Amino acid sequence: MESGNSERNVSAAAVKIVIAGGFGVGKTTMVGSVSEVPPLRTEELITEASAGVDDLSGVESKHTTTVALDFGRITINPQLILYLFGTPGQDRFWFMWDELARGALGAVVLADTRRLDSCFPAVDFFERRGLPFVVGVNCFDDAYHYTVDEVRMALDLDPSVPVLLCDARGRESTKQVLITLMQHVMSRAGLTGAASGR
Amino acid sequence: MTADQEAWFDDAAGPLVRPYAVTGGRTRSDTIGLDLITLVVAVREHADHLEPESLRILQVSQKPISVVEVAAAVNLPLQVVKVLLSDLITQNLMIYRSAMQTTTQAPSPHVLQAVLDGIRKL
Repeated sequence: MESGNSERNVSAAAVKIVIAGGFGVGKTTMVGSVSEVPPLRTEELITEASAGVDDLSGVESKHTTTVALDFGRITINPQLILYLFGTPGQDRFWFMWDELARGALGAVVLADTRRLDSCFPAVDFFERRGLPFVVGVNCFDDAYHYTVDEVRMALDLDPSVPVLLCDARGRESTKQVLITLMQHVMSRAGLTGAASGR
Repeated sequence: MTADQEAWFDDAAGPLVRPYAVTGGRTRSDTIGLDLITLVVAVREHADHLEPESLRILQVSQKPISVVEVAAAVNLPLQVVKVLLSDLITQNLMIYRSAMQTTTQAPSPHVLQAVLDGIRKL
């Protein structure tokens, strides 16, 4: 291989974590609090017939619209890039969750105590998929502050699912949520040492 | 049905697009199975026969970049970008590396530890 061509190898690898939750709960804010670039946005085409399928067949004859997808990036090391994806907030874009969740390391369900029920669908989805997740309770200033146990009970969570209070705007807070998620993922995978320190 | 279709459009959904125009009128699919985080990189900087959209993709992909980042950079819908990338890869103008994981493959302990360590160091 020519020396000048060395960076034309795709030797790096990419992994992803999904940030889910109801509309307006702060998913993109959380992505932005730790991303090394301002959250990026792309759009996915939606047609009634081929929703979620990477196939443009027939789009010229059907109603087509788009849904925005926000994401951020963390370069873990030169060989490993972590992407954080916020799920689309609108319920009708469920099918996109499949592509987002496929191959994900795990997920954060961001809960808003003013509308706790808005994260039920996300909890259900990840439970069914068997994807490890943690629940982050985003503490809005004007919201009633529940305890972690109250949230756990309200969401009927498995005792093994970590629940923690957080501030999606705060870098340290989001870091702690992601650390807790990774420890949970490793614990579920039977890996030791996952719980050692911060 | 008509009522449903009307409800399909709202301000949040963004503008309507004509993706088949960008893909040269073809209604082909992404033949490679590109994922959101499949990493791609251009092996050429230019090719004379390319449409402007494909040329822009080549230009933003001079270093390894994920499919979803390419879509954001060229401001085209994901499916359109996947079709164009698929064409560029087929023409040997770009190469790709699949996402590390699939549904059938658990992440390696090494990767999980690296991600955990990386987040701690943020």
